[in-house]
Formats: sequence, structure tokens, C-alpha cells
Amino acid sequence: MEFGPIWRAMMRNKTGAILIALQIAVTMAIMVNAISIMQERGRLMSRPTGIDEHNIFSIASIGFAENFNERVTIEEDLAVLRALPGVVNAIQSNSVPLSGGGWNTGLQTEPGEGIDGPSVAVYMVDEHGLDTLGLNLIAGENFSATDIGWRELSDNDWPDKIIITRATAQALYPDDPDSALGNTVYAGDDEAITITGIIEQMQAPWNGWDGVERVMLAPSHTLFKGTRYIIRTEPGMRDSLMPQVEELLAERNKDRIIRSMRSMDEIRERSYRGDASMIKILTFTIVLLIAVTSLGIVGLASFSVNRRTKQIGTRRALGASKVAIVRYFMTENFIISLVGVLIGAALTVGLNIVMIEAFSLTRIAWYLVPVAMLMLLLVGQAAVFGPAKRASSVPPAVATRTV
Amino acid sequence: MFSYYLKLGWLSIRRNPFLSALMIAAIAVGIGASMTIITVNYVMSGNPIPQKSDQLFYVQLDGWDPNKYDEDDFEAPDQVTYLDAMALMKADKAYRQVASNRSGLVLEPQGEGERPFSVSTRNTWADFFPMFELPFIYGSGWDDSADDNLEKVVVLGKEINERVFGGENSVGRSVRLNGMDFQIVGVMDEYLPVPRFYDVTTGAFDEPADIFIPFNIAVEYEFSRNGNTSCWKKPDGEGYEAFLNSECVWIQFWAELRSDEEKQDYMAFLNAYAEQQKELGRFPRPINNQLSDVMEWMENQEVVEDDARVMLGLSLLFLVVCLLNTVGLLLAKFLGKSADISLRRALGASRSNLFIQHMIESGLIGLGGGIFGLVLTWLGLRGIEMLFGDFIENLVGLDWVMVLTAIGLAIVSALLAGLYPTWRACRIAPASQLKIQ
Repeated sequence: MEFGPIWRAMMRNKTGAILIALQIAVTMAIMVNAISIMQERGRLMSRPTGIDEHNIFSIASIGFAENFNERVTIEEDLAVLRALPGVVNAIQSNSVPLSGGGWNTGLQTEPGEGIDGPSVAVYMVDEHGLDTLGLNLIAGENFSATDIGWRELSDNDWPDKIIITRATAQALYPDDPDSALGNTVYAGDDEAITITGIIEQMQAPWNGWDGVERVMLAPSHTLFKGTRYIIRTEPGMRDSLMPQVEELLAERNKDRIIRSMRSMDEIRERSYRGDASMIKILTFTIVLLIAVTSLGIVGLASFSVNRRTKQIGTRRALGASKVAIVRYFMTENFIISLVGVLIGAALTVGLNIVMIEAFSLTRIAWYLVPVAMLMLLLVGQAAVFGPAKRASSVPPAVATRTV
Repeated sequence: MFSYYLKLGWLSIRRNPFLSALMIAAIAVGIGASMTIITVNYVMSGNPIPQKSDQLFYVQLDGWDPNKYDEDDFEAPDQVTYLDAMALMKADKAYRQVASNRSGLVLEPQGEGERPFSVSTRNTWADFFPMFELPFIYGSGWDDSADDNLEKVVVLGKEINERVFGGENSVGRSVRLNGMDFQIVGVMDEYLPVPRFYDVTTGAFDEPADIFIPFNIAVEYEFSRNGNTSCWKKPDGEGYEAFLNSECVWIQFWAELRSDEEKQDYMAFLNAYAEQQKELGRFPRPINNQLSDVMEWMENQEVVEDDARVMLGLSLLFLVVCLLNTVGLLLAKFLGKSADISLRRALGASRSNLFIQHMIESGLIGLGGGIFGLVLTWLGLRGIEMLFGDFIENLVGLDWVMVLTAIGLAIVSALLAGLYPTWRACRIAPASQLKIQ
């Protein structure tokens, strides 16, 4: 093939080629790292909360009147909610997964001060908790009605039973997580609590927490003046029940306000809004970047076609076919792009190392590099095709003209 | 000469409209992308109180868990305990000092048929208002005596005053909060510090409080705490009293210190206080009290999010791609008029004339790119606002500094991009290209 002549022609006018190659290289570095960030965010967002997300919503009730009887209100509210047609079950709780606000406490396997133990998120629920949230109990048993206490904001004591997630069991007993059931753990240095159940999985209220699956359920109602109800509906009934429940609770008792009614889907959306936005911004950036780079290639190629009109005409006059002319420009671009993506691969890895250092991002998946290289080669070929096609239509007669 | 070169530049730009449009578009896109992100970073890292940010100090006292102590790496907790906050308030050693936290209360409007709604409060002290220079429409903050005498007074934010009193002067009237009447002493004007520096523990870019009430009242009536509470040790005993006397941190403490001398004195006072507490069996760690001024504290709390910085880096690289693009196109363009250049050289234009001429042409392209880039920046910021929702509203405004930066950055970028092509153009020998014609 005419590889040699193309190379020599390019070497006579290196700068343009080098610029394109560099542009492709930086484009690739940005693109691959951006895709890697997007993959990471996508992975974060796809982690399940462990609860029946699509059929659950939550609503806050905040008492303010002096004669507000919180305990009676909660008991009656729950009875009414559970009796509502279309409602599977309902509980009162201190928090909801992904909501961003909640409790945590340290648990340790031995009593005493200064002993390290994992910190776990706490959800206070009653015996309807597992059913309402749709959690999967894999060992032990659910709380019974007699286990459930009433906790005031200033109470410091923990109930004597808890249900934990498998992740919590693993953190407590890294060597033998299966032994967790029935064991005693200690909260606040020396308060003994028995593990009476293990659930498969559930997320804490904070999606960015490194212990996001370390959760415990404590059997109690809360008297914190403000509370949240979590309501699970029959599939498909959620959207019609939400306004109904809001109205019902607001009308039932005017000594409190009802607010922040949100479906789990909405809570999820709000929780990951930053990540979702990042993905959108990065996608947009990549599209724009590729557009800029390909336009640059088109611009420079068109220019070089214009400049070489006479040469092209001469080649055509000497017998080169149209295909040969197209091939010439395509091959030229291929060589430039190849150099570009090779430099790009090095830059990509370099940028990734910097990002890992500075922002503790993850390493790029290896396959992204060759895929991006291939893609940019194709983009280059596509971009140069137009100008190359135009070059091939230069009539051989041009060779005979002086200007 | 300058206007002549401007004219030449303009003519040259018009001669290859496609190439020129590509260059302007490339710069505009690069400027648009990077300025959008630069603006967000600029606002995030802005100084919310420039006139006295170096006189306001966030106080950290280290009475934290000795078991979570590692000689090389330990950090004083980011809030203080009730015991310490009250001791520092009482000592009154700084020019001004305030302890504060936040709560959520329910406000009952008195009008017929109006529903109660919840408001966020800042529970604080009289000094808060002069110290952070809060703007008032009506009235003012409360007096020290209101703090001491547990008076139920309140300062309303502008929005709440509009919602409850239709924006009238409500000073002297009262408002019902959690079933208690509070007397209104002041109504604030619009106040949106970005970042909300006085409390970054609950989101640096959240809205400021709806209303302000005395801290002592919030404690007296055990109003719920809406911020973070962290404890390393269980309170001794049950009930609210035990909680107040515990090692739990939940209060932000600021001191106003007007000079280095005052700062040093205050630090000495804090260290003496910690020593004294050690004798009482508290503060088990080595003494590690900290005073950080506003900007140091913003830095320490990393209010500029990592995401914003990652985006900044990527967007600057994006600008580099756009500039490489422009260099290539400019080179093509300048070399494309070699004949022109060599003719001008032959007619007596010096290299420096040509240099200036082509740099002006590059600058002109940069100016065009900058103007279109600004439009794209504005669009980009609207896009970010749409994506992130209301809470980022305060982060996406363009001010004059940013507008000038955008244009300036565009022109400088274009000039940089123009350097090499111009140099190449200047090297074209006189008359070398004329013989063909």
C-alpha cells in the first residue's frame, strides 16, 4: 500500500498531524476517565436498599399542641393505617433508608470501655417492621408485640433484643458471621443486647457511608414529638393511596402537622440526585468533546484537501482511482489517530492515577482503554470521510491548470 | 495601525467563514464548559463575609475519645459539648462569642383557616446578629438580658414575615411556636450567605434558618435538635439533664477576635480551660484546641465538593482540547494565506508588523469565542440548576467578575493558541510565494 508516501508527506507537515493526535489523546483521557466515574456512580445507584421500594412511602407527623398525646396518636394512626384497604402494613420509625437523617450506635462483642466495634445504623420498628419493609429474615425470629417498648428522646437505654443485617454480623464476627444468632453484643460499652434475628440485607439512611449495609432493627416505638410512618401498599396502589393517607392523617388529629410525604422512589431520586446529575453532565461532556474533536478533524482535513487540490488532480491524471484518493486520506487519518490513541492510552492511565490520588476514585476498568481506542479510530475515520470523498471528486483536469 | 489590523483580521475571518466559525465554536464550547464549572467552584469557595472573615473564629475543643486517638492522625470534634459551650459563654473572654445549634419547630399562624407549618430555627445568642452582620428590615436582634432572663423573643426571616404577616412591620407582635408565644424583636432582610458558613455541619449550601430564637430557650423547653449529635460516651444517667452534662457534641461555637493578640489570648484561655477540665477528669486526650477563621474552617470542612473539583479538572482539559483544535485550525488558516503574507513582506511589512497583525486576528477570534462562550456558560448554569434542583440555586449566578473572566480567558486562550501559527506565518519569506502567480 501507499503507506510510505503518506508517511513521508505527513512528515513534511508534521504540526497539523501532531495537533490532531494530541487532541485525540486528551479527548481519550477525558472520555475514559469520565466513563469510569459514570460507571462508579451507576454502581452506587444500583445498590438495592433491601426494602420493597416501589410500594413503600413515608410521611412525617409532628405534634406541636400542648395537649398532644403522642402515644395515643401513634397507636390510633397505626391502627387506622393498617386497616385501610390497599395497605399491606404500616409502622412508625425513626428513619427510612436513603433519607439522609437517622441514628447510629457502636456495637461491640465484649463489654468494657475502649473496645472497638462497628458502628451500625438503627431503625426503631415494631413487630410489623419486617412485613412493612419487605425484609427477608434468614435466621432467628421476628419481634413479638411484647418486645416493643416506647422510647423517649432522652432515654439512653437500648432494648434487650435486636435484629441485624448479615453485613452487621460479618462486621461483628468477621471469622464466623453465621454464629451471630443468639449472641450477646454490647451497646454503650456495657449494655447487653441479644441478637434474635438476622435479615439478609438492608441499607442505612446514608448512601455515602462506608458501612451502608450495617443496620440493626430495635424493637421500640418512639416518642420524639416528630415521627415518620412507613406504609407499604399492594402493588400499584401506592400513588392512589398517598393523597388519601395524607388527608386522613391531617384530618384525624389537628394537634400535629403532616408533612414530607414521599414515595421511596422519590427518596431514592433525591438521595442520588448528585450522582445522577454527575452522570448526565459527564455524558453531555463526552458527546460535546467528541463533536469538537471530529469537527476539528473535518476542518483540518478539508483544509488540507483544498491545499492539495492540484496534487490530487495530478494523481488522478496519472491514473489514481477515486477510491485510491479516498484511501489516501483515510489512511493518513488512521495513522494520525493511531498515534493519538496510543498517547491517549498513556494519558488516560496517568490522569486516572492523579484522580485516584486526589479524589480517591476507582481504577478504570482495563477494557475501557481498548474500547475507547477503537471508538476514537472509528470517529476519526468517519470525520475524515466527508473531506476525503470531496477530494476524490477533484477532476483530473485540475492538474493542467496553473492556479 | 491597530484599527487597520482589526480590519484586516475581520476581513481574514470573513474570507474563510467555515474555518472561522469552527474556531469560534471550538473556543466558545471550551469556554462555556469550563466557565460553567469554574463558576460553580468559584461560588462554592467564595468568602461569605469578606469584611471580617479573618476575625471570626470557629472553636474546636478536643475532649474526645482517648481510645480513638492516634498520635499522627487525630482531629478535634467539629462541634462542642453543652458543658463547654456554656463555660465559654460564661467566661466571656472573646470580644463576641456565640454558641448555636438548630431545631425544627411548628409555627401556628393566628389567621382563620391557616394551617400550622414547620420552621427551622437557629438557637443562638444576642451577639450572633452584630457578629455575623445580619441585615434587618425592622427592629434588631435581642439584648443580652433576653438571653439571661429566658425571654421568649424571636427574629423572623424575611420569608416567614411575608408568609405570616404579609411583609408588614411585625416588631412588637407575637408569633406562636410549639404552642408558646414568642415576641418578635426583629425582622431580617434577605440573607443568603454562600456557603452558609456559620453552620456547615448540616450542609454548607442549605438555606439559612427561617427564624432565630435564644439558645437558652431552646434548652429550657428541650426543643428537638435538628443537627448532628455525636457521643463517644454514654451520658451518665437518664433524661435531658444527663444529656446536657454528657460528652456529646452538638453545638457550634464562634468567637470574634479582632487582632492577633486577642487570638493568642483566647487560645491561651482555651488551653487553660482544657487543663482545668483535665483536672476534673475530662479531656482525656492531649490538649488540641483549634481556632480557625472562616476561610480556614471552610477549607477544613471541605465545603467545595470533590465532584466540583473533578469536574473542574475535566473541564479545563476540555478547554485544552478546544485550544488544540484552534491551534490546528489557525495554523491551517494562516498558512493558507501564505501568498498574502509574503506579498505584504515584500511590500515592506516587518516581521513584528505581521506578528501583531496575526495576534490581533487571533484575539478577535477569541473575543467572538468568549461572547458565544458566555451564552453557553449561561445555558450550562441553567442546565446544572435544572439537574440539581433548588438547593443549588445560590451557586449558579454569573457576576461581573465571572463575565470578565470568561471573556478574558477566551482572549488569552485564543492568543496562546495563535502564538505558534503566528510564528510560523512570520517566518514565511518575502516574495517566496509570489512566483507562482
